Amino acid sequence: MIRLKSLTKIFPGQATPAVDQLSLEVPAGQTCVLIGPSGCGKTTTLKMINRLVEPTGGRIVVGGEDVTGMDPVALRRRMGYVIQQIGLFPHMTIAENIATVPRLVGWPAARIAARVDEMLTLVGMDPAIHRTRYPRELSGGQRQRVGVARALAGDPPVMLMDEPFGAIDPITRGRLQNEFLKILKAIRKTVVFVTHDVDEAIKMGDRIAILRDGRLVQYGTPDEILARPANAFVEEFVGTDRALKRLALVTVREVMRTDTHASPPRPCASIPEDATVKEALSAILALNGESLAVVDQEGRLLGHVTLRQIQELVAGRSDPIP
Amino acid sequence: MIQAAWAYLLSHPKLFRDALVTHLTLSGSGLAIAAILAVPLGILLSQSPRAALLAINAANIGRTVPSLAVLAIMLPVLGTGFLPSLVALTLLAIPPILINAYVGIRQVDPDAVESAVGMGMTRLQVMAKIELPVALPVISAGVRTAAVQVVAGATLAAFIGGGGLGDFITSGIALMQLPLLLLGAVPIALLAIGTELLFHRLERALTPRGMRSGSS
Repeated sequence: MIRLKSLTKIFPGQATPAVDQLSLEVPAGQTCVLIGPSGCGKTTTLKMINRLVEPTGGRIVVGGEDVTGMDPVALRRRMGYVIQQIGLFPHMTIAENIATVPRLVGWPAARIAARVDEMLTLVGMDPAIHRTRYPRELSGGQRQRVGVARALAGDPPVMLMDEPFGAIDPITRGRLQNEFLKILKAIRKTVVFVTHDVDEAIKMGDRIAILRDGRLVQYGTPDEILARPANAFVEEFVGTDRALKRLALVTVREVMRTDTHASPPRPCASIPEDATVKEALSAILALNGESLAVVDQEGRLLGHVTLRQIQELVAGRSDPIP
Repeated sequence: MIQAAWAYLLSHPKLFRDALVTHLTLSGSGLAIAAILAVPLGILLSQSPRAALLAINAANIGRTVPSLAVLAIMLPVLGTGFLPSLVALTLLAIPPILINAYVGIRQVDPDAVESAVGMGMTRLQVMAKIELPVALPVISAGVRTAAVQVVAGATLAAFIGGGGLGDFITSGIALMQLPLLLLGAVPIALLAIGTELLFHRLERALTPRGMRSGSS
């Protein structure tokens, strides 16, 4: 768990603080997304957690331990760190890159080698092929995978990620986001994730912290923020299509009807069970249809999702919080 | 004429050998001293942009001073002989090495440095494991430039009594003996080319595999 208490940063020669009395709690094993317009202090906040930026005031507590005055080098070895430009070491092989933290903390060679292969496999890269390659021989997406593998290699309880998928094309970005979500399901990490992309925040975050001018404007689950923006700024920031964005938080599996097997309402096309309702709506509209068949990975029919159902869902959830 | 030069060489083998040894000793020690001083200084300067601005500009000005002028300046200060020649050659070699050491460290990808620090490397570890290996090709390119300059520049040591192959050239001019002049000029040209090739190989050997162009 990470707790920030009145965290403040005033850069020398600046009148207004970059981060101003920020208090925030990220429960263990959850992903907290820091989001806001440029200059809102999100990256500064992230870098104060691993003390790449030294706080002017306030406390940082990680896993119950106050780390505000701790030796930053020791602290950083317990936190994975991924940045947008990845920063792989060009003169080291992929294996050597991934082995960075295990080597720093002095693991035996055999354990490091095994860990490297485990990490490569985790991020979907074949160790036999990629272990001995160099960063410049990889594609952008592969480099970012290695960046994530390198950050995870020391098995840190905390991951700090600064726009990790920001510099990647949209298709690869979507794939990497899904892969990372899958990884997080397998290995619990407390993640602080900086982005300026609302859709990414909604997709990746268990909680979203919206920052503006160094202050916390709203902190809540994606659904809370979309359903009840704290003020006009948040409302504008998350966009006028928040009803649609909320549909992206629900998968078709959660809402599909399974009682229509006997008389399916003329299913026209199918959609995988882990697709979002937003995607289902888009598909229905595109096909000018009424419903979709929901199928599993093998293509077996699981149920149906209808336009009517989606409309009811939107209406029923318009004010979901009592 | 070449034959005459060759005949002279065969009749005075010791004279030639001594001149060659002096030439190589002068260049070699000048380069070594310059590298020992300038590489660490350049690395140190890369850590302090303000001091670097001053030192690099000074080095650049130093670079524009002709080799002969450097030698001439040494004359009233240190007199003639081997030592003033060595000092002058060292001064000649420092600017390219200093500038490349500084630039080499500065051009290391700042994102790689940030992730190294962010993963818990100490300042010294970042220098030893990331910045130095990545900067090594640029640093050695500076040493190569300096080496060629020094080998060629050592010719001028003859003017202040430093000895070396330049002696044949000055004597050749003074005595209007072209063969004698060639006995100095040809080996110096070959030495300069040889130095360039040797240091080029060294530079490639020092380039980490992942950063070599043309290999994958």
